[in-house]
Amino acid sequence: MMTGSRKLLILGGMAFAALGMLYGLQYALLVEHQTLDHMGGSLSQSFAAAASRNAGESQAALEQYGETKYDYVRQVDAHSHWIGLATLMIVLGVIFERVNFSEGIRQLVAFSLLAGSALFPLAIILQTYHHGALVWKALAVVGSGLIIAALAATAWGFARPGTTG
Amino acid sequence: MPAIPRPFPDSASLAPTLAAGFAPLSARRLYIFGGIALIAGGLLFGDIFAVFILHQNAARQGEALSAASRAIAAGNAAAVNEWFGHLGNVLEDRGTKVDAHVHIIGAGYLALLLALVQPYIALSRQTKKSLAALFIAGGVLLPVGIFLIHYIGLSGSPFSTIGWASVLADSAGALLTLVLILQAWGFWKYVRSRQLSEPELGDEDSMSRRALLTGGTILVLLGLLHGAYYSGALLYEHERMETAILQRLISAATVGNLDAATAEINNFGNLAGARAVNIAAHSHIIEFGLLAMLLSFVQPLVFLSEKWKRRWVKLLLGGSVILPVFVLLELKLGMLAGGIADIGGLMVMVSLVGMLVGILRYSGGLDVAETDVAEADAAEGA
Repeated sequence: MMTGSRKLLILGGMAFAALGMLYGLQYALLVEHQTLDHMGGSLSQSFAAAASRNAGESQAALEQYGETKYDYVRQVDAHSHWIGLATLMIVLGVIFERVNFSEGIRQLVAFSLLAGSALFPLAIILQTYHHGALVWKALAVVGSGLIIAALAATAWGFARPGTTG
Repeated sequence: MPAIPRPFPDSASLAPTLAAGFAPLSARRLYIFGGIALIAGGLLFGDIFAVFILHQNAARQGEALSAASRAIAAGNAAAVNEWFGHLGNVLEDRGTKVDAHVHIIGAGYLALLLALVQPYIALSRQTKKSLAALFIAGGVLLPVGIFLIHYIGLSGSPFSTIGWASVLADSAGALLTLVLILQAWGFWKYVRSRQLSEPELGDEDSMSRRALLTGGTILVLLGLLHGAYYSGALLYEHERMETAILQRLISAATVGNLDAATAEINNFGNLAGARAVNIAAHSHIIEFGLLAMLLSFVQPLVFLSEKWKRRWVKLLLGGSVILPVFVLLELKLGMLAGGIADIGGLMVMVSLVGMLVGILRYSGGLDVAETDVAEADAAEGA
C-alpha cells in the first residue's frame, strides 16, 4: 500500500534528484569551466607575481584562489548531496512499511528526512554567497541533524520486532 | 561459480506476478541488468584508477609545484605559467577520471532505483521501455564524455571553454534529467489513479535480504556521522591550512629557500591526501550502504541457493566496510592500507557479478519457460 510517508519520500526524492541534476547541469554548462579556469588562473597568477617580486599581487591572487575554491567545493557538494539524499529517500520510500512504527511516526521521520535533504544542500549553496556566515553554517548543521536523526530512527524501526501496517 | 543443485526456473517454480514484471526486454530488466553492469564497471574503473593512476598523478602534481617554486626563486614568471599549465593538465587528468568513476556508479544506482519504482510509474509499457533504454544510454555516455574531456580538450570545438567531450557529457546529463522528470510525471499519474502499472517485486523475508537492508542502513548512517564529523571538525581547518601552506611556499621560494619550499610542498601533498581519504571514505561507505539496500530488493530475482546468496551478501558487506576503513587508514599505514582498500573494492565487485549471474539464471529460465509455452501453444494450434 502506498502510504503517505512512502509518497512523501518517493515523490520528494524524485523531485530532489531532478533538482540536483538540473542544478549540476546548469552549473556544468554555465559556471564550472569558468570557475576552474579562474581557480587555476588565480593560483598561477599568484606564483607568477611572486616570481616578478610583486608580493601584493601575489597575495591578492592567492586570496582569490582560496575564495574561488571555497565556492567550487560547495557547489559540487550541494549537487552531489542533493542527488545522494534523493536516492536515499527513494530507496527508503520503497521499503518504508518495514519501519515498525505507526504511520504517524513514519510520516514524522519521512518529513524530517525531506526537510533535512532540502535544507542541507541549500545551506551549502547559500554559504557561497556569504562566506563564513554563521547562520548558513547553523542551517547546514540543522539540515544534517534532521537527516541523521531520521536515519537513526529508520534503522531503529527496521530493527524493531513485529510489524505495523 | 560452483554447480547449484537446483533446476532452472520454469513457469511453475516462479511467482507469476514477479515474472510478469521481469519480462524479456522489459523496463525493469533493462534497469536491473544495466544498473548492476554500470556499478560493476564503475567499481572496476575505480580500482584501476586507484592502482595505476592516483598515486602517480599525485607525484606529478608535486613535481609541477616544485618546478614552479624553483621558477619563483629564479624570478622566471614565464616558467611559472608554463608549469601551471602542466599542473592544470595533471589535475584535469585526475579530476575527469574521478568524475567518470562517480557518475557511472551514480547512474547505476539510479537505474536500480528506477527498477524498484516501475510499478508506480503510470506510463505505457513501451514508453517505460524506451525511457529505460534512454536512461542506460545516458548512463554510459555521461561518464564516457567526462573521461574524454582530458583527451579531446577544445580541439574542433566552436566554443571557447567547452569541448565536444563536454558537449557529449552535458547532453547525456540532460537526457538522464529528462528521463527522471518523465518518471516523476508517471509517478504523479500513479498517485492520482492509484493503479499499479505492473506487479511489485517480491516481498520475501530471507536472511540475505534482511542482512543487506540492515547492513546498508547502518553503513549509510556511519557515513553520515563521519561526514558530519569531517565538515564540523576538519573541513574549514583544511581550507585555512591550504591557503597558509601556499602562502609559506611562495614566501620561501621568493627568498630562494628551496628546502623550506620543498617541505611546504610535502605539507601540501599531505593535506591533499588527508582531504581525499576523508572524502573518499565518506562517499564510499554511503554509496556501498545504498548499494546494499538496493540489492536487497532484487534478491527475489537472484536464482541461487540461499547458501550462495549469503556468501555474496557477506562478501559485499565485508568489502563495503574494508574499503572505506582502509582508505582512512592510508594516512597511517600508507600503501599497505591502499592495497587492502582495493581488495575491499574487488570484493564488492565480485559479489555484484555473483548476484548478476543469479539474476541472469533467473531471467534465462524465465525466457526458456516462456518459449516452451509459446511453442506448445503453436503446436496445439497446428
